[in-house]
Amino acid sequence: MTTSLAALAAPREDYSYAFLDAYAKRELRRRTLKAIAIPGYQVPYASRELPIARGWGTGGLQVTLSLVGPESVIKVIDQGADDSVNAANLRRFITRMSGAATTTDALQATIIQSRHRIPEEVLQENQALVLQVPDPEPLRAVQSDSSKAHEMHADADYGQMWLVLYEQLVRYKQYIQGASYPSLVNGRYVISPSPIPRWDTPKLHQSPHLTLLSAGREKRLYAVPPYTDVRPLEFEDIPFQVEDQRGWICQHTGAQNKFMNEIPLADGTAAYELSDTGYMEKLSAEANGSTRGATYYDDEGNFYHAGYLKPPVQPD
Amino acid sequence: MPVILNHLSNLIDAPRLVTQTPLLRASGLKKQYGRITAVDDVSLEVYSGEVLGIVGESGSGKSTVLRLLNLEENVEAGDYRLNISGLEAINLFTLARFQRREVQTHHIGIVYQNPHLGLRMRYTSSGNVAERLLITGERRFATLREAARVSLAASEFPLNRMDDPPRVLSGGMQQRVQLAKAIALEPKVLLLDEPTTGLDVSVQALVLDTLKRLQRERHLAIVIVSHDLGVIRTLADRVMVMRHGRVVETGLTDQVLEDPQDAYTQQLVHAKL
Repeated sequence: MTTSLAALAAPREDYSYAFLDAYAKRELRRRTLKAIAIPGYQVPYASRELPIARGWGTGGLQVTLSLVGPESVIKVIDQGADDSVNAANLRRFITRMSGAATTTDALQATIIQSRHRIPEEVLQENQALVLQVPDPEPLRAVQSDSSKAHEMHADADYGQMWLVLYEQLVRYKQYIQGASYPSLVNGRYVISPSPIPRWDTPKLHQSPHLTLLSAGREKRLYAVPPYTDVRPLEFEDIPFQVEDQRGWICQHTGAQNKFMNEIPLADGTAAYELSDTGYMEKLSAEANGSTRGATYYDDEGNFYHAGYLKPPVQPD
Repeated sequence: MPVILNHLSNLIDAPRLVTQTPLLRASGLKKQYGRITAVDDVSLEVYSGEVLGIVGESGSGKSTVLRLLNLEENVEAGDYRLNISGLEAINLFTLARFQRREVQTHHIGIVYQNPHLGLRMRYTSSGNVAERLLITGERRFATLREAARVSLAASEFPLNRMDDPPRVLSGGMQQRVQLAKAIALEPKVLLLDEPTTGLDVSVQALVLDTLKRLQRERHLAIVIVSHDLGVIRTLADRVMVMRHGRVVETGLTDQVLEDPQDAYTQQLVHAKL
């Protein structure tokens, strides 16, 4: 009985499953568990080289690759859109390396990797949202020395963050931070929730889904576990506000009180369309029997946690 | 006759130095930077309502003493106590970083010679003052505005400029912002490091006036470091003369400046007069 050497050897594989080798995945999973155990705490990790450049979502991609399995369903969002070049590239790479299915439906996905947006529909308990983070350090603006910033986190010394808000109120009569609005997680750590618009920040509060935030270049990841308090920083007498988009109506679907893209027109006016293309698709296909889930903001603009967003007050 | 004496002693209180314990008491302070001993066995006491002046040439260690009193640095040896309820029995140098900051924030105010050390130049003046309250956890905007207004008014800062950043203010005004920041939380101890050096004489006089009034009204224990004997003469009750990190002479201001005993002090006073 003769057997060839080729038949005895293990079949040759060009890459490990989901691209990362076992050690890299173990590292990421351990750090992820730690991040979930200490909500909002920035856990340093050994960030690997990937076939995309730092700054193009390597942090999010590594976390996704460490979570993905053959039964996973992946959705990748870039600025709300599923069809942008970056989102398409990442989605193709993840499926090629893992055999996972893809979708544009936020409620069908098990893992959603996103840049700049959280979908409009309320995510569920079986879902994980992975956010790509360019700058994980909320104290960067007030403390350029990262070891000092680390001490400030340890002491929960966040007075300077409120000083920044004070300055904004004095100069502009309102909070002007547009994206990445600093938020207090579980009453302990202040995080920079990726550059999601203010509109999306409240969606992290007491959410059924798990949120993982990862910065590949800065080599840090942090998490908002399900059903955890997330409070945007605000003064007691001047509440945090989301973007005022009342009266903006989507030109394709007629939807309102969802986050819109503003499209400048030649005559100086603007048209609007839903930023979340997956949700827009669903609305367009509704006539054909597609069903949409509950949304974070209803059609009147009310947030689904009653009382979380307070009515606006103007400072003197 | 003895009856009258007895009557008199009822009328006149015993001097405060006899009846009170000092608010600030530091003894045996020693600080080294590498091989250089910046402060060597310095002890001082300050009562509330009293102003202690520290004079000496550049490099004599007077500013280092002030930094130590502000708990900014660690000492090689020394004991530092504040007679404030809850803290009497603690040597403040033994506190951990976090507790140190608490003491620093609540009980000690400091004004630096260089306003860049004490102020955020790009933030508003009122924000600089409000920061002290933010550190203690105040989260109401209206309260912060009011507190900033009150403190800046107390340091005689023109309120129509309270939202200008210090970088566009004059030197005298910057010192007033520093002062407002220092007194915002009504500390018991005020440390002044050459507060009027670099200001012209008329502005200097105005700032000194403000300091004197605050000291009178708030009954602060003040330690002022200066090489300007004129400033010390105007403000200080007692003087401590330092050289090469050691105390060479200490006593009442008039006594030390009019009748210096130590050779170095004599030199210093004559060089000035």
